[in-house]
Amino acid sequence: MTAPTVVSGTDADAGAGDGILAQARRQVLESGLGLTQAQILAVLQLPDEALTDLLQLAHDVRMRWCGPEVEVEGIVSLKTGGCPEDCHFCSQSGTFDSPVRAAWLDIPSLVEAARATAATGATEFCIVAAVRGPDERLMEQVRQGVAAIRAAVEINIACSLGMLTQAQVDELAAMGVHRYNHNLETARSHFTNVVTTHSWEERFETCEMVRAAGMELCCGAIVGVGETVEQRAELAGELAALDPDEVPLNFLNPRPGTPFGDYPVVGARDALRTIAAFRLAMPRTILRYAGGREITLGDLDTAGLLGGINAVMVGNYLTTLGRPVSDDLTMLADLKMPIKSLQATL
Amino acid sequence: MSIRVEPAGAAADGGPSDGRPAETLFCDRCGAEAGHGDHSACTVARRLEPPRYCGSCARRLVVQVTPTGWTATCSRHGTLAN
Ligand code: SF4
Ligand SMILES: [Zn+2]
Ligand SMILES: [Zn+2]
Repeated sequence: MTAPTVVSGTDADAGAGDGILAQARRQVLESGLGLTQAQILAVLQLPDEALTDLLQLAHDVRMRWCGPEVEVEGIVSLKTGGCPEDCHFCSQSGTFDSPVRAAWLDIPSLVEAARATAATGATEFCIVAAVRGPDERLMEQVRQGVAAIRAAVEINIACSLGMLTQAQVDELAAMGVHRYNHNLETARSHFTNVVTTHSWEERFETCEMVRAAGMELCCGAIVGVGETVEQRAELAGELAALDPDEVPLNFLNPRPGTPFGDYPVVGARDALRTIAAFRLAMPRTILRYAGGREITLGDLDTAGLLGGINAVMVGNYLTTLGRPVSDDLTMLADLKMPIKSLQATL
Repeated sequence: MSIRVEPAGAAADGGPSDGRPAETLFCDRCGAEAGHGDHSACTVARRLEPPRYCGSCARRLVVQVTPTGWTATCSRHGTLAN
């Protein structure tokens, strides 16, 4: 395993204020080269007065290197709750006093969820399980579920089943799972403050195996879990070095009973600055709005789509609810952003 | 809006077993008594969350969220779905 080397850059690289925006315009917009970690930090430290210009630049970068299309995805929890891991933001961990109880979805309901997702125009359906990694019972459920969906619904199938063995990676690829989600969650230097039951390096190893097996890699993060702004820049740099096909960006939705249950919600301006910074770090990636946007951005979620985001998760999440699907589809139509599967285009 | 779609078997404690919504005694988000304390934050949060506790007995519910809805089952009082 080789962990990604993050180009740290120097203070001179980073510039400040208008300097970093001018640099980013030349480097990212015109040349398609993502910002270094030091440059990402300079973007995250821009004052509120520069936010409009920053979002416009991130939008220009997205339009130039990705185009106007938006990828729409739905997700469902195949196995909910009772996870042995202790990710401090997660209500599905069995190690905290969370109200979320264990539940399994049956195959007909899984197919129905895929059908309902496809009916929204979504091109991607992700099957998620709250586990450290799949055991044989879960793999059998996934085998049956993927086969049943492929027989009944026209949609790309993704999976998020935790850390995998090489044999499981190979089997998922052979099943036709075209994308696998496994998030780095937070900066390597902050990880042990967020998770103690497995390591950042173990997560990274699964990501590498997924890509080596020919599946698309979906690897994202959760923002607002106590990281410093420097660590947020580090995280964006680490993701950029890993270069996933998709980066889902979650904002902490503090869950009752979890260690981070009383953490503050990320402010809207900070969230938008983060979105723009991630886009400038990864000009060509599929940057997806994932969980938490409703409480973090409220009605400002359009600003994210005009500030670097080019993919959305529609409908409900795993344990919480999203906005009505029709609201999101109307928003995309109003913005003249057509829905399209993006994996082949970027 | 949620509806009761599947009552549990005859309730041994005399609670409703005919599909009628049971009396709401407990907050379905935090599980505390509905008549005591301030549950306004729970009410706001519930716009983006399914229920987690049975309003009749405060048992934790087995909840399945799907892309377009949810079901929430109390072992004594049956299943709610939106
Ligand atoms: S591994 Fe996944 S499901 Fe388990 S506690 Fe961590 S985030 Fe939650
Ligand atoms: Zn309450
Ligand atoms: Zn009950």
